[in-house]
Amino acid sequence: MTAALRTQGLSRSFGALKAVREVSFTLEPGARHALIGPNGAGKTTFVNLLTGALPPSSGAVYLGADEITGLAQHERVKRGMTRTFQITTLFPGLTVLESVVLAIFERKGIAASLQTRVANRTAEIHEAIHIIRELRLERDAGSVTRSLPYGKQRLVEIAVALATRPRILLLDEPAAGIPAAESGEVFGVIAALPREVSVLFIEHDMDLVFRFAERITVLAQGSILAEGTPQEIGADPRVREVYLGDEAARG
Amino acid sequence: MSVAFSLPDARWRAAEIAFWIATGLVFFVFPSHLVLASQVLITGLFAVSLDLVLGYAGIVSLGHAAMFGTGAYVAGILARNGWGEPLSGLFAAGLAAAAVAFVTSFLALRGEDLTRLMVTLGISLLLYEAANQAGVWTGGVDGLSDMQVRDLFGVFPFDIRGRTAYLYTLAVVFLVFCAARRVVHSPFGLSLRGIRESPRRMAAIGSPVQRRLVVVYTLAGAMAGIAGALLAQTTQFVGLEVLGFSRSADLLIMLVLGGAGWLYGGLVGAALFLVAQSLLSRLNPVYWEFWLGLLIVLVVLLARGGINGALTRVSARLGLARRQA
Amino acid sequence: MLSALPGVLFDGVAYGSLLFLISIGLSVTLGLMNFINLAHGAFAMVGGYACVVATLRYGLPFGVALVVAFAVAAIAGGVLERVLYRRLYGRSPLDQVLFTIGLTFMSIAAATWVFGSGQQPVRLPDTLLGQTRILGVDVGIYRLFLIAIVFALASGLALLVTRTRFGARIRASVDDARTAAGLGIDVERVFSVTFTLGSGLAGLGGALGIDVLGLDPTFPLKYMVYFLLVVVVGGAGTIVGTLCAAMVLGIFDVAGKYYVPWAGAFVIYALMVALLLLFPRGLLRRIR
Repeated sequence: MTAALRTQGLSRSFGALKAVREVSFTLEPGARHALIGPNGAGKTTFVNLLTGALPPSSGAVYLGADEITGLAQHERVKRGMTRTFQITTLFPGLTVLESVVLAIFERKGIAASLQTRVANRTAEIHEAIHIIRELRLERDAGSVTRSLPYGKQRLVEIAVALATRPRILLLDEPAAGIPAAESGEVFGVIAALPREVSVLFIEHDMDLVFRFAERITVLAQGSILAEGTPQEIGADPRVREVYLGDEAARG
Repeated sequence: MSVAFSLPDARWRAAEIAFWIATGLVFFVFPSHLVLASQVLITGLFAVSLDLVLGYAGIVSLGHAAMFGTGAYVAGILARNGWGEPLSGLFAAGLAAAAVAFVTSFLALRGEDLTRLMVTLGISLLLYEAANQAGVWTGGVDGLSDMQVRDLFGVFPFDIRGRTAYLYTLAVVFLVFCAARRVVHSPFGLSLRGIRESPRRMAAIGSPVQRRLVVVYTLAGAMAGIAGALLAQTTQFVGLEVLGFSRSADLLIMLVLGGAGWLYGGLVGAALFLVAQSLLSRLNPVYWEFWLGLLIVLVVLLARGGINGALTRVSARLGLARRQA
Repeated sequence: MLSALPGVLFDGVAYGSLLFLISIGLSVTLGLMNFINLAHGAFAMVGGYACVVATLRYGLPFGVALVVAFAVAAIAGGVLERVLYRRLYGRSPLDQVLFTIGLTFMSIAAATWVFGSGQQPVRLPDTLLGQTRILGVDVGIYRLFLIAIVFALASGLALLVTRTRFGARIRASVDDARTAAGLGIDVERVFSVTFTLGSGLAGLGGALGIDVLGLDPTFPLKYMVYFLLVVVVGGAGTIVGTLCAAMVLGIFDVAGKYYVPWAGAFVIYALMVALLLLFPRGLLRRIR
């Protein structure tokens, strides 16, 4: 079976700093895969290389059987790969419904249309409302995103990503900055996504990682340190060392 | 929860209909001020075209006059050289301005805000100098006169009191405005607002941001060109100042005073600006410039959350633009 | 034609020196706070008028008048920074552009009201008049004086920035204001002082430039593009970059007007667009 997403020797340097080095990584179809690692391990840079927000210094990215290393970001989205951001990146002045409808328009290729009116696109609006309901945001559909509390904005972030109907969803710390009680809820939504969607998420909270991930990759200093099931990773002494060392350095 | 609740509704509101009826009534109520009224409409249309670029797509331009001036000169040069039929002249001017906008958009839309400001400004100054040097065609500093604009539809001559000019202008401005309104309410319009709010996120949901901006810049360019052509045809004169920096700067000010991001701001701003200018300049043009400067400074300083923040609130309150819960 | 080249180059360098002197303050404000100040030319104009008033109305010697010009423009800049500009840091470029266009309009109107709309005369001391021969080229003494002053000032500024504690603070703040603040540098104060100094230098440039650039109320608008261009091309916040850009622009402008007079200002605007295209990200991020 072909991997949903695969990288081959992917590297990226910023000047002398090698943020990501020689990473060969595989995301299986339907995966619930966590990417963890201490601060500065290169997790976000790696996601940026996957989405095309950054060009790699060397290496290749494959989506299914196709190489997509040279494709622009929006072309990768068209092929089914969507991301969310660590720091909330939304449309602050648009309502939740508008944001989701906009993403659906982009997916369907009608966002450049001058022929119709937004208010008449009932099919897209209904689909948007469906997604919004799934994320339990229906009470806020008409609210301007800027006015919502942070936790809700994280959900909008996911709603907008889902509206592109991704086959691969890259979530950069989806629960960052929201209270622990609510972060479980965010991950509950992610876990309940259909299995057609392969999910790769970056997360710091180990409880959440071990609760929701079925496979874990540990990144340290830009390269893969370990990969395996949560049991394997939990028992891996090298991982422990990296994390304990990191804790010690921070403390 | 009703669907229409949070989506911009494309239906004409009572306030909008009243607004356009009022512009029609001007013809009867102020028969001796039709020249000024035409100027207001033309400048208003020009401001509406900037609103698409600035208010919707969020691009700050200091050189929008480039397209206005192109339209004015194309219409003027055509009318001077025997092509005096106004409607086809208008069409040609719109096309030429769109072409200028399309070509320059690849330069103007690159880089960040400061680079964009400089490039848009630079392009309009380049055209200004080009028009200045091409005196054979443009009349240089003396301006372009001796235009022979033919009767509208071959029936209505452009009279000295500006009656034909006003109705012609009103009709064209209204039609172009309807087109702009349509753009704003279309999926394309929503995607422009998305780009204004966050180009990064737009790219992440698969939008070719740069291409969208080229399209709106070109569309707005065509509108600005039509406005310029209207000015040339109704005043039968084109001066170098159609391409000047002041025209772009004043335009920005009008749009901001009227409110960017709800289309009517351009028309309202142009009306306020030009009427105030004609009243105050009669006292002393220097004072006018001073008070105008002071007004802008105060508006920027006092507007909560900056100009953008204030505009969102105003347009929401008027209920003319997006409705917000 | 070629025989005129040394003279043209010389005039270009003199012109470029003035552009540098006036633009350096703008360059630093832009580099420090990302603030787009379209009203910067107004400070040069203030200096110019201060010089005219000092020499013609109060009969002060030219040298003293230059100091007055510097002081008046510096005070005007310092006060405006404290009272107005400070509120606009971090606001959108649109706000900054509108605000500074407003200030420019006000300065033009105020200058017209006080001094009238005509060109202002300047009386240079006799010792600075006339021509002299250097390496077989006839050069104006005043322009020579101008170039000497500007190069002395540029060296002084370079020393200030590279050798002093205050210079180190400026460099740190230009590099990354947030990190600098984290290191305990009072970035706001650094900005106040540099803004004041930059305004003063612009004022000095305005005064020295009356004989070359002219002085009337439209000065801030007429030369706005040139100042912005110097900064954008040179890279904000660098002395060397600004100096190079000013020289390139000065020489091209003078040479363009001499060799291809029919093209007028076309040369300089074309150069501007070309440079911006070569460095599309804006040169802001290129240097350093």
